[in-house]
Amino acid sequence: MDALTLHRIHFAFTITYHYLFPQLTMGLALLIVVLKTMALRTHDERYNDSARFWARIFAVNFLLGVVTGIPMEFQFGTNWSEFSRRTGGVIGQPLAMEGVFSFFLESSFLGLFLFGEKRLSSFAHWGAAFLVFVGSWISGFFIIVTDAWMQHPVAYRLLPNGVYEVTSFWGLMMNPWAWLQYAHNMCGAVVTAAFVMSSVGAFYVLQKRDGDFGRIFLRVGVIAGVLSCIAQIFPTGDLHGKYMAKNQPIAIAGMEGLFHSEKGAPIVLMGQPDIEGQKIDNPIAVNKVLSFLIYGTTAAEVKGLDEYPKDQWPSTLPLLFYSYHIMAGLGTYFAALMALAGFLLWRGKLYTTRRVLWPILLSFPLPYIANTAGWMTAEIGRQPWLVYGLIRTSEGYSKHVGAGTSLFSLLGFLGMYTVLSILWVMLVYTIIEKGPHSTTELAAGQTLTNALGGAPWQLSGFGSSR
Amino acid sequence: MAALWFWIVAVMLAAYVVLDGFDLGVGILFPFVARTEDERQQAIRAIGPVWDGNEVWLLAAGGTLFFAFPLLYASSFSGFYMPLMIVLWLLVLRGLAIELRSHFVDPLWRSFFDGLLFFASSLLAIFFGAALANVVRGVPIGSDNYFYLPLWTNWRTGPNPGILDWYTIIGGVMALLALSLHGALYLVLKTEGDLRLRARAAAGRLWPFVAIATVLAIPATVLARPDSLHNYHDHPVAFLSPIGVTISLVSIVIAMRKRSELGAFVSSCVYLAAMLCGAAAGLYPVLLPSTNPAMPSITIASAISGPHTLRVGLAWWTIGTMLAIMYFCIVYWLFRGKVSQHADTYGH
Repeated sequence: MDALTLHRIHFAFTITYHYLFPQLTMGLALLIVVLKTMALRTHDERYNDSARFWARIFAVNFLLGVVTGIPMEFQFGTNWSEFSRRTGGVIGQPLAMEGVFSFFLESSFLGLFLFGEKRLSSFAHWGAAFLVFVGSWISGFFIIVTDAWMQHPVAYRLLPNGVYEVTSFWGLMMNPWAWLQYAHNMCGAVVTAAFVMSSVGAFYVLQKRDGDFGRIFLRVGVIAGVLSCIAQIFPTGDLHGKYMAKNQPIAIAGMEGLFHSEKGAPIVLMGQPDIEGQKIDNPIAVNKVLSFLIYGTTAAEVKGLDEYPKDQWPSTLPLLFYSYHIMAGLGTYFAALMALAGFLLWRGKLYTTRRVLWPILLSFPLPYIANTAGWMTAEIGRQPWLVYGLIRTSEGYSKHVGAGTSLFSLLGFLGMYTVLSILWVMLVYTIIEKGPHSTTELAAGQTLTNALGGAPWQLSGFGSSR
Repeated sequence: MAALWFWIVAVMLAAYVVLDGFDLGVGILFPFVARTEDERQQAIRAIGPVWDGNEVWLLAAGGTLFFAFPLLYASSFSGFYMPLMIVLWLLVLRGLAIELRSHFVDPLWRSFFDGLLFFASSLLAIFFGAALANVVRGVPIGSDNYFYLPLWTNWRTGPNPGILDWYTIIGGVMALLALSLHGALYLVLKTEGDLRLRARAAAGRLWPFVAIATVLAIPATVLARPDSLHNYHDHPVAFLSPIGVTISLVSIVIAMRKRSELGAFVSSCVYLAAMLCGAAAGLYPVLLPSTNPAMPSITIASAISGPHTLRVGLAWWTIGTMLAIMYFCIVYWLFRGKVSQHADTYGH
């Protein structure tokens, strides 16, 4: 493999692995605020216990998000130095703002939220949870602003020495692409958290243990799931897609596998893109839907890939096609499952309907796949550009860092992250096994993840702690 | 304006070294000074609520460097590729070790995490010291403003240096000693009982070594990069930092004699900050010196971002940093006092 490919895989792997954690913690931060709010309103201690339980899972995921996030801040310079040199004046800004406005806030108030319950009033403790939520959502915003500028550069100018600078701070922050992508992405984070919470709830209900808590988690998770799954498709996904069709029509054509311009373009639900033959093999398609989705009328013409020179086509077209279809397909499944679960919840039958509880229990990995596939759609769709229309990916990497060096550190990250995955499974499994009932009074001055009584690893070993 | 950003980045890095420095120092020392499980927990609890926030200064400084001096960020981060990757892995391991040891009850697991914390903290201190020494010594900048440094070459400074040579090794050892002392003084301040006594003794034993290393660092730096004296010659105000280093180093001992725990720790903070200021004053206005006679150094003027970027940046940076300082005051105030010996709480 050449250096460019390895640098791309390096960044893709580390960012994909990293984002497994923030997508849960950003969504969970919101749901913890919901639980704390219900505790304040109802004075029902079970909601506080629930919040403490989820705070423990939050803390473990937050830790892994922190330690896998540090390499991201450095990798722009280490692996993509030419890109950094030219665009640092623009994207360095939101990245630095993330550190200054979000990480300080999060790290300070997470400590207070985890250790401060005893010494803070219940309202102040709610405030600490709320600030952790605000911090994590600000963090997401600045990252999206960075990515949105790469997808849809605005408010910049080129200086004589070949570097870009911001011409308008508010222009950069109010990039329409950023707000659409932010809305769509944060919905995705809530979907992940809602599915994880419902899944643990279904686990307790099916196991007939921690019954009250299982039902609380199911109720909160399913309601959050219904709302976020719908918002994920409409309006956020719909608006983002339409804006993309206007500004990155080649990416849309690649995602949909539309090789030739067509009036009344069909939507391909499944199929295999055939680049040689410039067609979709074995398609299952619905006529005219694509035109309708993008332009609101079935007669509109959608531009196909053949309108554009081949050197502007997304470079790994089949991967783009499959990522997008996996994202959209899973999104549809999520909305259907959550709608069904929401209906049963409303009719009061959810807690006893095992045929629905089982899919809820087993579906928790799927939002991770959908979020990852969504990001792959966005970033592969942007290719062959690093900054859309300005800098090609092949111009941006560190020319002085060779393929072997990049492969070496990639393998290092693969090994390190395998260890992290094992630790994650052990820790989260133990917390879920012990359940929300085991909450003990939290102590000040412990470490972040062990606050709230923690979940000490049992001497007796894995899986036998009950 | 450009000079201001040089000092902003320098101050943020100094804040990182002073704050995360004691976390690293505790990580290096605690296997020696904390002997029982209770004592080890006490040492970990002393840094537990704050280490993550302290580490954020490194990220914030990195981000600020990125947008204020994109060329320096691009050139140095890709040129120091391999040591930076190692630093990243060590930061991952250090964070895991602090947080996860308490999740495992088995003493074998805990010993493992203790060893990991010691290993990662020591190497991080050495790498940070060596990194600073690399920047002071300079690197062989190529015609496109980039370079790539091997981990070592012939262990000499000069036109073809490696990451490690005699000078940068002195820098690494110096950082190891200075951060160990810093961590010891933090433990004296924040803990009680036998742990505190042993940390005191360790600080007393470390101090002479730190003093010797500090004195040695001056001729070593002049040998490695003779230019570093120019600023001191041209701008005598720069002598404030060696004076600050001397005073703070002496006042550590005086404060320890007077049993002023806070005084000793604050003196150590001033010492670290003054050392870094001294290095920055020696460099200014160079950001990364070139050891390649054919290429000029990377300077503030050649690396600085566009004027509008900097104006906008100054506005939000001021607001954001004031907020951050406020958060730090809240957190350190709430976790003030000593970590008690047995109970899980702060204060008595």
